[in-house]
Amino acid sequence: MPTAKVNGVAVEFQPGMTVLQVAELAGEEIPRFCYHERLSIAGNCRMCLVEVKPGPPKPQASCALPAAENQEIFTNTPMVKKAREGVMEFLLINHPLDCPICDQGGECDLQDQSMGFGRDSTRYVENKRAVEEKFMGPLIKTVMTRCIQCTRCVRFISEVAGQAEIGLISRGEDVEITTYLEQAVTSELSGNVIDLCPVGALTSKPYAFEARPWELAKTESIDVMDAMGCAIRIDARANEVMRVLPRTNDEINEEWISDKTRYACDGLMRQRLDRPYVREGGQLKPATWAEAFAAVAAKIKTASPDRIGVIAGDLQDAESMKAALDLFGGLGVKNLDCRQDGARIGSGPRESWLFNSSIAGLDECDALLLIGTNPRLEAPVLNARIRKNWLWRDLKIGVVGERADLTYPYAHLGAGPSSLGDMVKAKGDFAKAFNDASKPAIILGAGALARADGAAVLALAAELAGKAGVTAEGWNGFNVLHTAASRVGGLDLGFIPGDGGLSAAEMVRPGALDVLVLLGADEIELSASDAFVVYLGTHGDAGAHRADVILPAAAYTEKDGLYVNTEGRPQFGERAVFPKGEAREDWAILRALSERLDATLPYDTLEQLRTRLYADHPTFGQVDHAPTGAALDLAAVGAKGEVADLAFASPITDFYLTNPIARASVTMAQCSASTAAARGQKIAAE
Amino acid sequence: MTGILEDKDRIFTNLYGFQDWRLEAAKQRGAWNATADMLSMGPAWLIDQIKNSGLRGRGGAGFGTGLKWSFMPKVVNPARPHYLVVNADESEPGTCKDREIMRHDPHLFVEGCLIASFAMQANVCYIYVRGEYVREREILQQAIDEAYAAKLIGKGNIHGWDFDCYVHHGAGAYICGEETALLESLEGKKGQPRLKPPFPAGAGVYGCPTTVNNVESIAVVGTILRRGAEWFAGFGRPNNTGTKLMCISGHVERPCNVEEVMSIPLRQLIEDHAGGVRGGWGNLKAIIPGGSSVRMIPAAEAETALMDFDSLSALKSGLGTAAVIVMDNSTDLVRAIARIAYFYKHESCGQCTPCREGTGWMWRVLERMANGEAEPEDIDTLLDVASQVEGHTICALGDAAAWPIQGLFRHFRPEIEARILSYRSRRPHVQGATLVAAE
Repeated sequence: MPTAKVNGVAVEFQPGMTVLQVAELAGEEIPRFCYHERLSIAGNCRMCLVEVKPGPPKPQASCALPAAENQEIFTNTPMVKKAREGVMEFLLINHPLDCPICDQGGECDLQDQSMGFGRDSTRYVENKRAVEEKFMGPLIKTVMTRCIQCTRCVRFISEVAGQAEIGLISRGEDVEITTYLEQAVTSELSGNVIDLCPVGALTSKPYAFEARPWELAKTESIDVMDAMGCAIRIDARANEVMRVLPRTNDEINEEWISDKTRYACDGLMRQRLDRPYVREGGQLKPATWAEAFAAVAAKIKTASPDRIGVIAGDLQDAESMKAALDLFGGLGVKNLDCRQDGARIGSGPRESWLFNSSIAGLDECDALLLIGTNPRLEAPVLNARIRKNWLWRDLKIGVVGERADLTYPYAHLGAGPSSLGDMVKAKGDFAKAFNDASKPAIILGAGALARADGAAVLALAAELAGKAGVTAEGWNGFNVLHTAASRVGGLDLGFIPGDGGLSAAEMVRPGALDVLVLLGADEIELSASDAFVVYLGTHGDAGAHRADVILPAAAYTEKDGLYVNTEGRPQFGERAVFPKGEAREDWAILRALSERLDATLPYDTLEQLRTRLYADHPTFGQVDHAPTGAALDLAAVGAKGEVADLAFASPITDFYLTNPIARASVTMAQCSASTAAARGQKIAAE
Repeated sequence: MTGILEDKDRIFTNLYGFQDWRLEAAKQRGAWNATADMLSMGPAWLIDQIKNSGLRGRGGAGFGTGLKWSFMPKVVNPARPHYLVVNADESEPGTCKDREIMRHDPHLFVEGCLIASFAMQANVCYIYVRGEYVREREILQQAIDEAYAAKLIGKGNIHGWDFDCYVHHGAGAYICGEETALLESLEGKKGQPRLKPPFPAGAGVYGCPTTVNNVESIAVVGTILRRGAEWFAGFGRPNNTGTKLMCISGHVERPCNVEEVMSIPLRQLIEDHAGGVRGGWGNLKAIIPGGSSVRMIPAAEAETALMDFDSLSALKSGLGTAAVIVMDNSTDLVRAIARIAYFYKHESCGQCTPCREGTGWMWRVLERMANGEAEPEDIDTLLDVASQVEGHTICALGDAAAWPIQGLFRHFRPEIEARILSYRSRRPHVQGATLVAAE
């Protein structure tokens, strides 16, 4: 490996590294504004200037300069110090000194770096520039006078998000960052520009003037808005979640999160169920826990097990599903289902419902077939990852399903299963490229599986996978992309109908059941059901409206819980705040209920429950690890059968309103309206 | 007209447009003569000849043209064709030489494009014409059409080298004269300079090997090859050879464009061709010898300066585009430089910090100084700001904005200090200043 000297200390570096990276290897801090590891290099802020020998007798921008063998890099010479002071002074002359009223205060790169590298006073006595505010939609608040034109937001939105919606207009000191004709940014990843902005120019609109970063208690947790399990940090003050920020996890979300993950948190304070309710005379009346449990126990005790059903919702943690399984399984109930959408999946080998290539592994894939999925809506961060692969390596992408703007070009092969049949017969250019690829991958979405012939579609996809070499030694590109955070956990637990048991759709039919227990299940149509409905959940949403008894539970920020993401990777969610009012953690409610049913569950603490969970289902013990390398017998995937030639339809019609938390969020409602308006709007030039 | 260069040695014999610019007349003046023979000698010979002629780039930086050509890859990768891009975005204040070439001698230029493209194995040439040059573009386009019609260029032309020449009309931005900003603009993007490396010879327009040359550098190539490298190298001092178009403007009797030998004494240039300084040489205050971006030189230094790269850079100025701007004693130098500073503030692309913020700051201080509202210590602040802009930016526009200011204070600082003191003494400058003085 080549060697360079940083302030006289020799360091080895990988060929291709920049001077900035080499200096960091040596432990030297290089201030920067425009440079970001995951964006292209702009080299325009000039804050990272260093002195390099051999080289011209002037400071060099280290972020853009390739390091060379035997180079001498200096980061502490008078020339460098003066250059940094100069750039800092330039950045500040037109930057308002409004830190006391700026939301970035306390976590501002400009503040920190001017302390570390700037001059102690200013020499600028002229008038400062002022820039008009720009409208960027309901999520991004702008104070453009603070902008230092680093263009991180422009590069993010055009490179990572793939929608060139933000740009730099005008020139010289009149340059301004704006959206095209000041329309709202419609990207599902737009909130990330707030994290990227090194100053207070782009800040969170819903969070404006709410809190200071040093007042917040920070909890590292896992997101449940989709099945990716993005790493998040929950910032809370007192018992209120103030905001959600991404954490870096290169194996899943790099450092991006979707707008729903970031902004749905205001829904945690609205429409909350904070005490038990029992329906009396057709009206839900507040009740005590004892009254609620008594009402539930009375119904369950008198019902025969085959007239009782349990449906687990999309945000459920694994522990509560395990407790429900132990409790109702012990009573002999076979009507269990965790698939509200009716996905025909969950029998056969575990790999048949996992994202086997792993999310990071998708970076290696060289041909990708999307079947009945719109990853931009179902997992926006994953979509950015696919786009990255396309951008860097010209990934070949084919789509069977809806024709949608995925932010990258793809070959549209057809709308339904018949096109899948053509792929199996290797018809068409994409099919040829797919067969020739060394690491081809398939992503199956809910649109392909959540239908009556889902198991046959799954089998067809497996047949295609076998023909195209999707599974091979060291590579398994057979992927299922789920839309619910609880889904893989539920399938791993076997939270599916037992022999002769009813599926979710069958349970809600008239006359099917006497008692229906909903574990936070709000995405299923209940109007036909005439059962006694027990709703255990967090929000006054669809399930609670139909319920006869409401048992208030904890949202994902209010409990410790295990979530298994679409890759089959169990991750711990951590409690950031306490459950609202009289609400309790889900597993504890089920444990208390079990006593009233004289079927006391054998655990008193979450630890005991987890110990039992790990013993019964060892996969849950492999926390933070995605299973890789397991061979998949494709013949055992799905069930061969007739497929109806119906087009695949994405289960997500409105990205911003997919779960009870998001539906309770004002911000998400604004986003939904704003996006709907943007879709109807024509561009000025048209 | 006297001067040094004789009429028989002029390259641009129709510089003033007294004759027709069209193909027939241009051919009579020598254009397109023996071009095929030159190409038959092969690219290596062509590059050697240009190297031997000592031709240095005429766009301002003065980089050896032959050397620049030799940086192009020797073997053409079919996936990455070579390109010649000609910089006709002549926007430097004081400079008006390329426009005369384009409207009066366009065929010399088009011929040069063909020869240079062949020397670099490029089949396509883009000419980026300044937005304000509308008539120039029209004539250039007609000349190219004539050359196509006469099968001088194009596919299957009589020279045996397939060659297409496209004129691209800019939108009138000074920064697009910076070679990488020009390439960005040519690609349809916003005209902002690129980071270097990679240099255009490695990755230029559309990521392919590209050479960017000034119009004059390209237009002289045909004549150099016809008359021989030694002929061209015979003019001027060593390392500063050849003839050069010089543009004289400002306080002279007859502002003009003229082709002269390199290293002609500046005083002789002005007196022989421009009729001398208005009011006589004694009335001279200062001269900006190479377009607005170089540092000015005072009358005493102008007396002995030679119009070439080395002589002027020894005086901490530069030949630049050889656009001589003469300022006599009636000139308010601070006002003049403030105007130039405004130009650079207006033309900064806004991409990198020192130039975006610094050009505006420098202009505002100079404006105050010109209006009589500055303090003596503002001079040091201004020079410090200029030094923090210079050499800290992506492209050379930051340097170009700093140099005129540095030149002003290098030579006229005592005068400006005296001026500041004189207008300060006439009025209380700070609220309460008189009180303090009285105490």
